[in-house]
Amino acid sequence: MVTFIIRRLIGAFLVLVAVSFITYLIFVKIPGGDPAPRIAGRTATDANIADIRQKLHLNDPFYSQYWAMMQSLFSGSLKSYSSQLNVVSEIKRGIPATFSLCIGAGIIWLGFGILVGVISAVTAGRWSDRVITVLALIGISMPVFWLGLIVRYLFAEQHPFSWFPDGEYVALTSNPWQWFLHLLMPWLVLAVLFIGFYGRVLRSNILDTINEDYVRTAKAKGLPPRRVLVKHVLRNSLIPIVTLFGLDFAAVIGGSAILTETVFDLKGVGQYAADSVQSLDLPPIMGVTIYATFFIVIFSVVVDLLYAWLDPRIRPT
Amino acid sequence: MPERLIEVENLKVQFATEDGLVKAVDGVSFELSRGQVLGIVGESGSGKSVTAMTLLGLTRDRNTRFEGAVRYKGRNVLEMDEEELQEVRGNEMSMIFQDPMTSLNPVYTIGDQIREAIQIHQRADKRTARKRAIELLQQVGIPNADSRVDNYPHEFSGGMRQRAMIAMALACNPDVLIADEPTTALDVTIQAQIIELIDRLKDEFNSAVILITHDLGVVAEIADEIVVMYAGRVVERADTRALFYDPQMPYTWGLLGSIPRLDRPKQERLHSIKGTPPSLIRTPAGCKFRPRCPHAFDKCMEEPDLVNRVEDPHHLDRCWLGVNEKRKLREATLAGEEEAA
Amino acid sequence: MATDSTTEFTLDTAAELAGEEHGAIEGKSPWLLAWRRLRRNYISLGFLFLFVVIVVLCSLAGPYARDIAKTGPNDNHLGETFVRGGKNVNVVSKGGFVGGQFHAGGVPVGPQLWHAGGRYVFGADNQGRDVAVRLLYGGLNSLKVGIGSAVICTLLALVFALLAGYYGGWADWIISRFFDLIWAFPVLLLAIALGTALSINGFHHFGISIQSGSLWIPTLVISYVLIPYVGRPLRGQILSLREKEFVEAAVAQGASPLRVMFSELLPNIASSVLVFFTLIVANNILTEAGLSFLGAGVQPPNPSWGTLIADGQSRIVTAPWLAIIPGIAIVLTVLSLNIFGDGLRDALDPRAKVRMER
Repeated sequence: MVTFIIRRLIGAFLVLVAVSFITYLIFVKIPGGDPAPRIAGRTATDANIADIRQKLHLNDPFYSQYWAMMQSLFSGSLKSYSSQLNVVSEIKRGIPATFSLCIGAGIIWLGFGILVGVISAVTAGRWSDRVITVLALIGISMPVFWLGLIVRYLFAEQHPFSWFPDGEYVALTSNPWQWFLHLLMPWLVLAVLFIGFYGRVLRSNILDTINEDYVRTAKAKGLPPRRVLVKHVLRNSLIPIVTLFGLDFAAVIGGSAILTETVFDLKGVGQYAADSVQSLDLPPIMGVTIYATFFIVIFSVVVDLLYAWLDPRIRPT
Repeated sequence: MPERLIEVENLKVQFATEDGLVKAVDGVSFELSRGQVLGIVGESGSGKSVTAMTLLGLTRDRNTRFEGAVRYKGRNVLEMDEEELQEVRGNEMSMIFQDPMTSLNPVYTIGDQIREAIQIHQRADKRTARKRAIELLQQVGIPNADSRVDNYPHEFSGGMRQRAMIAMALACNPDVLIADEPTTALDVTIQAQIIELIDRLKDEFNSAVILITHDLGVVAEIADEIVVMYAGRVVERADTRALFYDPQMPYTWGLLGSIPRLDRPKQERLHSIKGTPPSLIRTPAGCKFRPRCPHAFDKCMEEPDLVNRVEDPHHLDRCWLGVNEKRKLREATLAGEEEAA
Repeated sequence: MATDSTTEFTLDTAAELAGEEHGAIEGKSPWLLAWRRLRRNYISLGFLFLFVVIVVLCSLAGPYARDIAKTGPNDNHLGETFVRGGKNVNVVSKGGFVGGQFHAGGVPVGPQLWHAGGRYVFGADNQGRDVAVRLLYGGLNSLKVGIGSAVICTLLALVFALLAGYYGGWADWIISRFFDLIWAFPVLLLAIALGTALSINGFHHFGISIQSGSLWIPTLVISYVLIPYVGRPLRGQILSLREKEFVEAAVAQGASPLRVMFSELLPNIASSVLVFFTLIVANNILTEAGLSFLGAGVQPPNPSWGTLIADGQSRIVTAPWLAIIPGIAIVLTVLSLNIFGDGLRDALDPRAKVRMER
C-alpha cells in the first residue's frame, strides 16, 4: 500500500514537471516572436525593451528561462509581466473565493445529484422520473456562463429578485450572512450542470445494478426493499459517482470554475487565470497551471485510494 | 405421509412485452412434500426458471400476469402481499442461483451476507449471527471457516462460492430449498460434490428440494420425482426410475440421448434434438413439440393432455403415440439409428 | 393483490425468451433492430429533426442576410434609422429627453420580429448590427467548430484507442501516458491557453500555417483537449473485446492487424462511437461557446454564439435580448443533440429495459 502511494506521488510530481514545461512551451513558442515589446507596453523605448529582456532573461536559451521561472515561482517571488504583482500572493488572494465557491457548489451538486438520481431511478418510467429527466437534460444543455448572466440580470435592480446581491465576493470572516448571500446564486448556477449530469449517471447505474444477480439474491433472502436498495443497490451504484466527484471537484477547484467566477465577478483563482490568459501574461498562467494541476493530480491519487477502499475486488492483495 | 409443502396448480405466468404476450409458463402443476427431491428439467426457455422464481414471488412486475395458484403450506403465494412474501423468502423457502460469482455482492464479505439473512429473519444480534454463519460454513464443508467468513466472494473458488451460497440459503432452516441450475457454472468434478452436498443437507435440515437443470444426468442421482418441461408446460412427469426406464415423450428421449454415456461406442455422435424451442408468443398449434418431433403424425395437430397412459399411475405424459409403438421407436432412437418418417 | 411498484423481475429474461425464438427476428442484424427501436421513439426523432432544422437555418445565413435582413453580419448601422409602422426608428438610440425622461444614448433597438419588414428581427446590438443575421452566421461558426472538432476528436481518439488496444504493450503505455498528460491539464484552462496563444499570430510551425482568425484554431484546440475523454473509454472497450474469442480466431487465421481492427473490433464498438459522437458534438458546442465568451475561441469580428453572449454581457440590463437569444439557441441545439443521443443509446442497447406496456 505504501509503495503504491509513493509510486503515485512520484508519478504526480513528474506530471507536474511535464505540465509546467508544456505550458511554458505553449506561451513562449507558439506565439513566437518577442514578448518584450508586448510586456513593455505601448510607450516603451528601445532601452526599456532591452532592459526588460535582460531582467526576464529573455535572451537566454529557453530551458534556462524556464528554470529561472520555476525557481522564482517556488520561492514565491515570481512576478507578473504586466502588472508586476506577485503571482503567488495573487493566487492566494483568490483562493478563499474559489474554495468557497467550489466547496459549497460541490456539496450542493453531490447531495442533490444523488437525491435526484435515486428518485429518478426508483420511480423509473413514472412522471417524477420523466420530469427529472427533462430538467436534467435542460440543465446539462445550458452554457453555465449564460445561466449566470441571466441570473444576474434577474437580480439586478428594478427587476423581480433585486434583493439578491449582484455578484462579487464577500469574505466569510468579515460578514458570514453576506458571504452566504453573495455565493448562493453562483453555487446554484455552478451546481445545475453537475446535478443534471450526476443525476443521470446515477440513475443509469442504479437501473443497471437493480438487474444484477446479487440484487436478486438479496430479494430472495427476504430482505425488505429499503434494505435491498440501500445496502445492496446504492452501495454499488454510488462507487462510480464518488470517483467522478473526486475528479470533477479537483477540476473545478483547479480553475474550471473560470466561467462562473468571471460572470459573477468573484475574483477567484479562475478569474485571475482568465484575465492573465487574455493578456498573455505568462508568470500568472504558469502559477495557476501548477496550482490547478497539483489539485488534479492529488485528487486522482485520492480517488484511486477511495476506489480501492470501496471496491474490495481491486485491492492489491 | 410426509407433509405436503408446495402445491402448484395450473400456474400460468405471462409477460407483456413490446413484441407481444410471452407465455413463459402455460399451465404447470406439481407437488412437493417434505424430504422429497423434485427435479425440473428442460432446455432454456422451457419456463423452468420462471416457475421457480414465481414460487418466491420474484417474477412480480407491472407487466406480469398470473393465473392459477401456488400454495405453500396452504397459502397462495400469488396472493401474498410484500410483507408476507419477505417473511417466507430466505426463511421458509430459499433459493440458490446458477452463477455464484455474480449472485453474491462483491463488496460485502461472505460472513456479512450470511449474517444478513439471520439478523433479518431471526432478529439475532451480530455476534450470534456471526457464530451461526461460521457453523453453516463448516456444515457445507468449507475449511478454516472461522477465518474464511471474513473473505470476499472473489477470494473464493467457484465451488466454494456455491457452497457459501448454499450455506446462506440454509441459514434460517427453510423447509424448501430451490436450486436453479446450481452446477451449470461449475466444473464437472465439483458438480458431483455440490449435488452430494445438497442431498446430505436435505436430510440434516429436514427440508425438501426443487432441483432445476437442463441436464438429466444431474438429477438422476438425487431426485425422487422428475418433471420435464417444454414451452412452458409439463410434458412428462414420473418417479425418477420410471422416467429413465420408460420415458414416454420423444422430447425426453432426446434429452436422455444427449447424455454422453460410457457404455456407448465412442465414435457415435452425441444425439441432439434438432431444431430450436418454439416462440412463446406465437406458439405452434397442437403439440408444442410437434415441429421438432421426428415421430409426429396427424393427430399431433391436436394438443394432447397430460394424462397417465401407462401402468404406473404416477407417470403422466403428453404424447398421442401408442405405448407399444413408443417403446419400439424409443429403442431405435436410443440406439442411434435414423428415425422412420 | 398488492404488488410492489419497483421492478423485481426484469424483462431481460422475457425479452430473451421472446427474442431468440421469435421467428421474425431470425437473421435480422442488430442494426436493423436498433433502427426499428429508434423509429418508434418519436421524441428522439422529433429532436433530431429540430437539430436538423437549426443546421439548415444556419446554413441559410447568407440568403437570409442578403434577402430578408438586407445587411451583413458585421455591417455597422450606428447612427442610422429604419422604418417601422411608417415611422423612423433609431437603430441605436441617441440620448436625450423623451417624454420628460432622460435616456442615456447607445441603447440598441429591441427585437422587431416582423414589424420592420425583416430587418432587426431580433433587434440590434450596441454597434447597430442585426442580431438575427449575426445569430445565423454565429450559429454557422459554432456548428462548424462543434461538429468539426467532434469529428476530428473522435477519429483521433479512435485511432489511438485501436492502436493502444490492439497492440498493447509499449504502444498502449505510450498512448495511455499521452492521454494522462493531456488530461492532467485543467481542461478548460488548457483550451483557453491554447486558444489564446494561437490567436496572437496563428500557428506557423512544422510547415503548417494557420492564420490567427481561422476557425481551425478553436476546432483543433477543442478536439485536441478532448481526445482522452473519448479515447480512454474506447480503449477500455477495445481491450476487453481483444480478449474475446472471435478476435483471437481472426488473429490466429493470420488476419493482418488492419483487417482485425476493421472487421472485428470496429463494428463492435461502432454503436459506442456513434453515441459518444452525438454527445461530444453537444459538449463541444458548449465548450466553444465558453471559449469564445472568454475570447479564446472564435475571434471577433467573426460571430459565434459565444461571442454574441459576450457582446451582450455588458448590456444585460438595458438590452437583455442580446445575451438571452444566443443562449436559447445554444440550449435548443445542445438539448436536441442530448435527447437524440439518449434515444440513440436506448435503441442501440441490446438489453431491453423496462417499458410501459398496456
